[in-house]
Amino acid sequence: MVKGSLTMDQQVVSPETTTIRSVVENPKITSKDICVFYGDKQALFDVNLDIPRFAVTSLIGPSGCGKSTYLRCINRMNETIPIARVTGEIKIDDQDIYDPDLDVVELRARVGMVFQKPNPFPKSIFENVAYGPRIHGLVKDKTDLEELVATSLERAGLWGEVKDRIHEPGTGLSGGQQQRLCIARAIATKPDIILMDEPCSALDPIATAKVEELMMELCENYTIVIVTHSMAQAQRVSQKTAFFHIGYMVEYGDTKQIFEDPQDKRTQDYIFGRFG
Amino acid sequence: MTDISQTQPAATHDWTSAAARRRVRRRYAADRRLQFYGIAAIGTAMALLGVLFTTLIYAGYAAFTTTKVELGVFLDPEKIDKGNIRSANFRKMVRDAFLSYFPDVQGRTDKRNLSKILSSGAAYIVRDYAVRNPDKIGELVTISVPVSDPFDQLYKGIIPREIQALSSDRILLYEQLEHRDVLSVQGGVGVVKTTLFVDPAQVPEEGGVEAADYQRMINEGFRSFFLSEPSLSYREILSPNAAEALKKKVVANPELVGKTIEVDLPLSANYDNLLQKGEAKIRNPRFRSDKEFAWFDSLIQRGLISTPFTWELFFNADSRFPELAGLAGALSGSFLALLVCFLLSFPIGIATATYLEEFAPKNRITDLIEVNINNLAAVPSVVFGLLGLALFLNTFGMPRSAPLVGGMVLALMTLPTIIVATRAALKSVPPSIREAALGVGASKHQVMLHHVLPLAMPGILTGTIIGLAQALGETAPLLLIGMNAFIPSVENIGLTQPAMALPTQIFSWADSPERGFVSRTSAAIIVLLGFLVLMNLLAVYLRRRFEKKW
Repeated sequence: MVKGSLTMDQQVVSPETTTIRSVVENPKITSKDICVFYGDKQALFDVNLDIPRFAVTSLIGPSGCGKSTYLRCINRMNETIPIARVTGEIKIDDQDIYDPDLDVVELRARVGMVFQKPNPFPKSIFENVAYGPRIHGLVKDKTDLEELVATSLERAGLWGEVKDRIHEPGTGLSGGQQQRLCIARAIATKPDIILMDEPCSALDPIATAKVEELMMELCENYTIVIVTHSMAQAQRVSQKTAFFHIGYMVEYGDTKQIFEDPQDKRTQDYIFGRFG
Repeated sequence: MTDISQTQPAATHDWTSAAARRRVRRRYAADRRLQFYGIAAIGTAMALLGVLFTTLIYAGYAAFTTTKVELGVFLDPEKIDKGNIRSANFRKMVRDAFLSYFPDVQGRTDKRNLSKILSSGAAYIVRDYAVRNPDKIGELVTISVPVSDPFDQLYKGIIPREIQALSSDRILLYEQLEHRDVLSVQGGVGVVKTTLFVDPAQVPEEGGVEAADYQRMINEGFRSFFLSEPSLSYREILSPNAAEALKKKVVANPELVGKTIEVDLPLSANYDNLLQKGEAKIRNPRFRSDKEFAWFDSLIQRGLISTPFTWELFFNADSRFPELAGLAGALSGSFLALLVCFLLSFPIGIATATYLEEFAPKNRITDLIEVNINNLAAVPSVVFGLLGLALFLNTFGMPRSAPLVGGMVLALMTLPTIIVATRAALKSVPPSIREAALGVGASKHQVMLHHVLPLAMPGILTGTIIGLAQALGETAPLLLIGMNAFIPSVENIGLTQPAMALPTQIFSWADSPERGFVSRTSAAIIVLLGFLVLMNLLAVYLRRRFEKKW
């Protein structure tokens, strides 16, 4: 089904998989024919997606549709699961990240990740943020490290609240603060891309609002991809949205257009609440 | 439930019916029963523990004090060569010093018995004192030396001065006579009325009644009392004078020959005492004469006897004499063996568990290894001892009964415990921590070292200390590799020198015949238990300290 109207990005319907996706100029991350298998079970079928830079892209869809699986492909976290197998190609800045010569540890420093349940290390707040830069050798001496930690915490919107107790355990903070600490930890390694897997689902509305505010500030300097269950959140924070359904990426486009005028019937059913 | 009987609009559950109430009562009863079983189980365990500790302490507390006598010894400078103090005749000095307490005692036998009150090690104690304090030579010094084992036990009231003269089966024989009412006292002497036949066949042609075999007549006649008795022990009941008594009677009345008569025969001393005093006691055969009691009492009266705490138990090496035997050799042997065990099993165990848990591919070989390690934890310890004997001692030719070999065998035993505990601790670290570390860009080994192992440390340490505490008390493997050497001095302690361990020391002391070792064995067991408790407390403390960081 081809829709003739043109927007900023053109719409392309690929006939084989009936996926509707828009073309993105100068994308940060490009994915081609990504398939993920857990043992014999296939979780993702030929996902093709281009993520723009300096913008927030949200992945939405019902439970078990593969959005978290796709997200974890971008920083190769699926490799930590022994039975998982990924085929296809993902390029970041035109560099194939599944190239066997690529150091996956360095990749994960360049692509930060924030998880659903806040998981700070059981160390001090300072240590939490300092650990990444230290093992990657990003700073030369102690003063540089302290500066980096302070900057990261400030960018994460947490500095004011913790500057007096920076050597106290990170696990002593509230849920929202812990999640912002995890964000600070992720940006301390100076990544280009931040992946967020349902970052606010364990937080109360006020903490959620703070984290969303943070996201919108950060996307000026980082490329952010978030997986979310909350369509309202996707509408609030993201510029582009991709809808996943049972392992297929069904529709991808501007957030406004996806939510106001979805093209595919499955998208329509999801957005308008006929299933969830 | 029909609508007729229901007053409520909907069919709801009736919480007050008899059936419901019965269910509630049964549930409460089941709860109470479960509580009772739990309390009964704990109570039984506590009671058994209480019995264990009570018997241990009761048997062993006596070893924690030593009876000592204050000895004033003159270190004669003429007898001691300053250049070679050790060679002087301290035995004679000690003997002279002690004998001077009893100037009235004469005669070689008496003097020898007197000096036996002191422990044989007294001379060595004085010698060591002189070696340590050469400036005291020429002075009269007061040194406390232990008394010998019989007097030590006597003073503590463990052995009595007098013991029962007769064993229970002899007393039984006596009671048979008593039952028949043939016992009486005549002229201050206990007698038994015996019916016997004055056998003419025992009266010879020459000599007549004077030369007759009266003893035989008595044996025959007396035996009728004890027809069912298989042994001849009843003969002890009669005094040796019994034959004389019979002879006197027959000689006075020779017409009794050939007749069956009743005659009162005197009882032997012990049975006489039984009859007249109600009990028969003799001096404890460990003491040669009553004079020894008198001498010892005199020492007590003069205030020369004291019972200080037995520090020697911890600082002396083993000895033939229980009053001198100590645990120094055993403690150092056990310590060295445990050290070797820890240094071997801790790193290997953690490395193995880490590899199996994190890095090993999940295939059948890994499964096989895991199953075998779990089974190793259940192998009887004596098998490890055999392995040590065959492999370390025979094939590798390592020194026998050395703490090095003991430690290696114990390490083999402790490894499965540590591996299993470490794996459980590693499994308990939440995967979110690993994911967070990986997400920040840590490599697998960085995740292990910086995040997972520190969090798993409490569990790992607990498992290690429990494994070591088990190894401390294992006897069988150490016996098989010969770590049961008699170590009389603490000078040759080393990793490759023959050594003793604490549990094997207990085993060895338990076998010794001297009475003093009975309480010392229990004391050694108390020391061993004390160390086990300390190690477990250390495990609890370490666990708490690491856990608070979580």
